[in-house]
Amino acid sequence: MTYEFDFGAVLGYWPLLLQGTLTTLRLTLFSTVFGILIGAFCALVKTGGPQWARTIVGLYVEFIRNTPLLIQSYFLIFGIASMGLRLPILVGATIALTVNIGAYTTEIVRAGIESIHRGQLEAAECLGLSKVQTYLHIIIRPALERVYPALASQYVLLMLASSILSSVGVEELFGMSNRIQSDTFRNFEVFVVLGILYLILAVVVRAGFSLLGLALFPRRRKLGTSL
Amino acid sequence: MSPIVELKDVRKSFGNLEILKGVSFEVNRGEVAAIIGQSGSGKSTALRCMDRLETIQGGSMVICGHRLEDAKIDLKALRRDVGIVFQSYNLFPHLTVAENVMLAPRLVKAVSRAEARTVAEAVIAKVGLHEKLEAYPEQLSGGQQQRVAIARSLAMEPKLMLFDEVTSALDPQLTGEVLKVMEQLATEGMTMILVTHEMGFARKVADRVIYMRDGKVHEAGSSDILRTPSTPELAEFISEASEH
Repeated sequence: MTYEFDFGAVLGYWPLLLQGTLTTLRLTLFSTVFGILIGAFCALVKTGGPQWARTIVGLYVEFIRNTPLLIQSYFLIFGIASMGLRLPILVGATIALTVNIGAYTTEIVRAGIESIHRGQLEAAECLGLSKVQTYLHIIIRPALERVYPALASQYVLLMLASSILSSVGVEELFGMSNRIQSDTFRNFEVFVVLGILYLILAVVVRAGFSLLGLALFPRRRKLGTSL
Repeated sequence: MSPIVELKDVRKSFGNLEILKGVSFEVNRGEVAAIIGQSGSGKSTALRCMDRLETIQGGSMVICGHRLEDAKIDLKALRRDVGIVFQSYNLFPHLTVAENVMLAPRLVKAVSRAEARTVAEAVIAKVGLHEKLEAYPEQLSGGQQQRVAIARSLAMEPKLMLFDEVTSALDPQLTGEVLKVMEQLATEGMTMILVTHEMGFARKVADRVIYMRDGKVHEAGSSDILRTPSTPELAEFISEASEH
């Protein structure tokens, strides 16, 4: 018995695939932006905050990094719903991904902040910069520039990992494929198409991060070396 | 003429280790003072106290009218009046030469970008690096980086400049170009205090030489004390320094 490939049946569902792709991209974009904000803030707390705040951030980071994303998403999405808060599932999914990536971002940015030499802070202090100015101009910018490649990898990973959210009912790219499978029974073709789509997405997202890096970090653009 | 820098019986310890054991000296406006002495004699600590990178624990210190032992000191005002240059340059690696110099005027004095740029170009030209405005620190030699660090301080128009062993990390040729800039500043009347190992420079430029030993001023006076020291310890220090 030979298997007859029929990609036509799958590709016929292109509007669903497109919609799923856009959803995946949107989830990645929002959780990237919020994740960086949370990560930068928590990293600041972890390197210079009061002890009690460091403990809270430490617990958050360790808890998230040592439990599966699927379980986190389950509790966040259905937990919020059970508290009587009716949020669209995509908002819940964004919160779940943000909470997850925020923890990883915290650790990466913390490493970046700790790489800033103490002399830099003294120089800023002696020039009269305030604490906030020093943090914004002397610490966080070069810290982010230094760990940018690691951050970009983490966010591509997040985009790929977001496929797991289909298990809690989010109709991102992988979730859409479930619908196509149950309509067509063409599992093999669906996975081939999905694999290719994720590959393209990852390449595009990586390229996006590279371009963003060049825009954000002029030193990198001009010298082409890492800080 | 009232002194711009006045230390009276200044004390400072790190844990149980007493670094400054009652340091007193004065520096007048327009003077160049060189602090010399062995490693561990407390000279860098004394200098760092003057910009309140370290807080003093005893005695009194007045810098450009600011009382440094005062807990409610206006640090922003102090640092507008005092510039400091470090041994390790501490330029901001992610900013160009021009941006390094423009940053503090923009953020601290809130001057416009164009105005900050004008000031930056002037001070960078003064240290002879106008062709390096758009370079990044890593593209410069040590001596050039140190000259940018000096320019960065000058852009804030300080009344007093502190130099903490600024040539110790440089080879003799690069040392020369940095000292030349410092000598020019001295000629223009800038009040300067430098912790230094460059005896020749101290002899040539300093109005006042302060020899520190074991956390105290052991001998102080005009640069003549480098030629005719009155204590045997300074005499020995000078002869050891000239051997290197």
